[in-house]
Amino acid sequence: MSNIPSDLKYAKSHEWVRLSGDTATVGITDHAQHELTDIVFVELPAVGRQVKAGEACAVVESVKTASDIYSPVSGEITAVNAAVVDNPALVNTAPHTDGWFYKIKLNQAAELNTLLSPDDYQKQIGG
Amino acid sequence: MLQRTALYSAHQRLGAKLIDFGGWEMPVQYTSITDEHLAVRNAAGLFDISHMGEVTVSGSGAEAFLNSVLTNDIRKLASGQGQYTLMCNPAGGVIDDLYAYRLSVTVYLLIINASRIAVDVAWLQAQAAKFTGGELNLTDASHHYAAIAVQGPRVKEFINAVIPGASASIFHVAAVTDLQKNQIAGFHFDNHNILVARTGYTGEDGFEILGPDGDVQHLWEKLLTLGQPFGIKPAGLGARDTLRTEVCYPLYGHELDENTTPIEAGVGYFVALDKGDFNGRSILSQQKATGVKKKCVAFKMTDKSAPPRPHYPIWANGVNVGQVVSGTQSPSLNVGIGMGYVPPELAKPETQLEIEIRGRRFAAVVVPKPIYHKP
Repeated sequence: MSNIPSDLKYAKSHEWVRLSGDTATVGITDHAQHELTDIVFVELPAVGRQVKAGEACAVVESVKTASDIYSPVSGEITAVNAAVVDNPALVNTAPHTDGWFYKIKLNQAAELNTLLSPDDYQKQIGG
Repeated sequence: MLQRTALYSAHQRLGAKLIDFGGWEMPVQYTSITDEHLAVRNAAGLFDISHMGEVTVSGSGAEAFLNSVLTNDIRKLASGQGQYTLMCNPAGGVIDDLYAYRLSVTVYLLIINASRIAVDVAWLQAQAAKFTGGELNLTDASHHYAAIAVQGPRVKEFINAVIPGASASIFHVAAVTDLQKNQIAGFHFDNHNILVARTGYTGEDGFEILGPDGDVQHLWEKLLTLGQPFGIKPAGLGARDTLRTEVCYPLYGHELDENTTPIEAGVGYFVALDKGDFNGRSILSQQKATGVKKKCVAFKMTDKSAPPRPHYPIWANGVNVGQVVSGTQSPSLNVGIGMGYVPPELAKPETQLEIEIRGRRFAAVVVPKPIYHKP
C-alpha cells in the first residue's frame, strides 16, 4: 500500500508537486519508487533550465531500467537536490521528503489545476 | 498470449513482478533485484527456469550427430556429465548456446534458450535429415519438463534434506551433494524421476533440477521452506541477468547471435577444433589462427555515471568503436559494469574506453573476465 501524502498534487506519470508560493518542489511518488525499486542513479536538470509541463527533464535508473521523469508543471528550475544525486537510495527511503528532485518557479500556475488530487491519484494506482 | 510455467501461481502468491521474456510470462523480481542478487551471492536463491527448452537426442548415431552440429567435443562426456557448448551455422555464427548432458551411452539431453526453441529444433531437424551416420531420434521435450535453479554458497547445506537419498539413475551418487560440477543424475522425488545437475548461470555453486510440473511445484515450495533458515529467496530474471553479467556468462541475443562467432564472443575454449568436422569449423579455425575483427570485452565504469545499458555506443580515442551488449549496475561491486564488442586492438585489460550515455561520454576501462570474483 503506497503512501500518498494529502498535502501534495500528483501527475498521472507518478511525480508529486509541493507548492510553496510561486515555487513547486517535484519528486516521484512512493508508488513509483516501489515499482522501480533499487534506484541506483538520478540525473537532474540544470539550474536555470526552462521546462514545459510533460517534458522529460530528469532520469532515474534502477538496476534494470532507465526511466524518464516528466515535469508536472512549466517554469524555470531554481534548485536541484544534490543529496539525491550522491545517494540515489533516498528516492526509495524518503520519496516525498529527502528524496525530492528539483524546485521549479512556475510560469503557468493554472497547470496546477490539471494535476490529480491525492484521492484521484490513489484511484489511478488502484491503491 | 504469453506462455506460463507450472510455477506461475507460485510467482503470483509471492508478489512477483511479471514480464514478457521470450514469449513467457516470467518473474523479473519478487522484492528487489539487488536483494535477490545478494541472496544468491551470500546464501541461496531460487529461480524458475521452466521456460528453457529441452531436446533429447538418442540412438547409435547421436554422438556423431551432436559432434557434427555442436562446437565442443561431446565424446569427452561420460554418462552423467554435461558440458557447455554452442551450435553454429556454417559461417560460424551462433544459432544457440546450450548445455549438453550425456544421460546414457546413446541418450543426450540438450538444454536450450527459451527464445531459440523453435529455431534450434528446426535447425537440428534439418541437420538430422542430412545425417547418415547411424540411428537418430530427436525430440523436442520442452513441454515435458518444468525446471528450477537453486544457486548460492549455502545450497549444499539443505539440498540433501529437500531431495533425500542416493541417485536412482544415470549415475550413482550417495547424495545430491556428491554430484561434482557439471554432473547430472536422476533422483526419486515424490515417487517420480527428476534430473539434478550441479550447474548454473550465476557463478555460484548450485543445482539445476528438471522434472514433471507437479514435482517441480512441490520442490519449489520445499526448497523455500527448508532453505528458509539458510536465507533462501525466490529470485527473478533481473537478478539472473545481473549475476551472469558479473561473471561474464553470455546471454543469447546480447553477446551471441547468428552474426557473431564463439571466438569473437570469447568462448573459444568451448570450440574443439581437433575433433573432426562440424558446422562452422573452417571459419572458427581460421579465426583462431588469424584473429577476429571484433571481440567481446568486459568493462567497468571509472567515471561516476548512470549504469551502462545494451546498445550504448563505445568510444575510444574520439572514435565510435563498438556497442555495449550487456550492462547494469553491479549489485556486488556497486559500480556500472558491462560487456561490449570492440576491435581486437582495444580488447586488452586496462584499455581506456568511453561509454556514451544519453549523448555524453563517460570513462570506462577494459577488465579481465569475470568482472566479479568471489572474495
